Amino acid sequence: METYFWAFVVGGLICVIGQLLLDVGKFTPAHTMSILVVTGAILGGLGLYGPLIDFAGAGATIPIASFGNSLYQGAMSEAETYGIIGILTGIFEITSAGISAAIIFGFMAALFFKPKG
Amino acid sequence: MLHGHQTWVFANRPTIIATAAVGGPFEAEGPLAKDFDKLHGDLWLGQDSYEKAEKVLLEEACTTAIEKAGLQKSDIQFFLSGDLMNQTISSSFTARTLAVPFFGLFGACSSSMESLTLGSLIIDSKSANYVLCGTSSHNAAAEKQFRYPTEYGSQKPPTAQWTVTGAGAAILGREGDGPKVIAATVGRVVDMGISDPFNMGSAMAPAAVDTITAHFRDLRIPPREYDLIATGDLGKVGFTIAADLLKKHGLEIPEDIFTDCGILIYSKDQPVFAGGSGCGCSATVTYGHILNRMRKGELKKVLIVATGALLSPLSYQQKESIPCIAHAVSIEYIS
Repeated sequence: METYFWAFVVGGLICVIGQLLLDVGKFTPAHTMSILVVTGAILGGLGLYGPLIDFAGAGATIPIASFGNSLYQGAMSEAETYGIIGILTGIFEITSAGISAAIIFGFMAALFFKPKG
Repeated sequence: MLHGHQTWVFANRPTIIATAAVGGPFEAEGPLAKDFDKLHGDLWLGQDSYEKAEKVLLEEACTTAIEKAGLQKSDIQFFLSGDLMNQTISSSFTARTLAVPFFGLFGACSSSMESLTLGSLIIDSKSANYVLCGTSSHNAAAEKQFRYPTEYGSQKPPTAQWTVTGAGAAILGREGDGPKVIAATVGRVVDMGISDPFNMGSAMAPAAVDTITAHFRDLRIPPREYDLIATGDLGKVGFTIAADLLKKHGLEIPEDIFTDCGILIYSKDQPVFAGGSGCGCSATVTYGHILNRMRKGELKKVLIVATGALLSPLSYQQKESIPCIAHAVSIEYIS
């Protein structure tokens, strides 16, 4: 039960930061998303995002900041195996499922549906 | 004839012989639905793009106005039109269909009164017998061009406005029965430094105030001269700012005669944020609702102050502020 609570709180707080960036910071949605992704990657690099996932579970993995962390983790693990070229091949190692899913499901939705507005 | 700095008084009183307003599904749910000549339930209008749908709206408004005037396309000497699409394609493509000599205008959402002003000048100088003035906007086409495609689902702040899906057209003639265009005040471009495309009402309010004060200064008449003074598409946020600014300028417009087309067109229950906007907003409300009220005898003299935000998608991406303009046209109907 405690896991649910912290997932809710941490996930909610990340969303609050995003909302503040939009409303107070007047950033565009694309800027806001990029800031959260880059922050996630930096936190991953500092070794802070892993413990946050252990603590908050889905509260830390569902928000887009987790995508930044995954970019970093993928790049570093491949770099360990293949050296410097691994950074390039590994950057989408973990996230490729998410990216491919977005493209494929987006394509399928576009085949069958027409936007209403 | 020039009166004061920036106002024309039309001695020959060009007549608005016929008008037409065409709207989309959201406008059909609004309180002014009965004032539209034609309403569409489908945002696509049977076309395969929103831009094509907007062109159909404008074509329908123009042909309906020509029919209502009892004229043929060949009777129209000049067609003046503007819209929000890049390179004003809705207007140019409609002009292609109409095959009438054409002036393409860009005044953003002030296009309705910009075209009516220039059309009146042409008629007043006896340079034509009949002039067609039109303008259009389409919600999804405008969102796609100026903000984000709606499918993207981007959040909007409460100051945002809802672009009207609609087109309005008016036919001006040298004589005949109908409301007369008495005078027009041409606006200056005013920029108070607002750069948020989700807060166009606030950006446009100072331009509306500038033109309204110029109008009353040039003509030396009090606001009470009018039964209704309507701004184009300031919405709730911009309209409140405009009313406050006018008070500060020492021009008291009585609340009962002061309104905004962007507030009138939708009901409170519709999720339109601060209200309607777009070229079609002032055009459909004026050429539909307001002129219908004049024809019924409910209003004798009105001032329409169409407001336009002269930004481009590129200018706001480069963080430029939004220059704005407003054109005011005085219309009188003594039946």
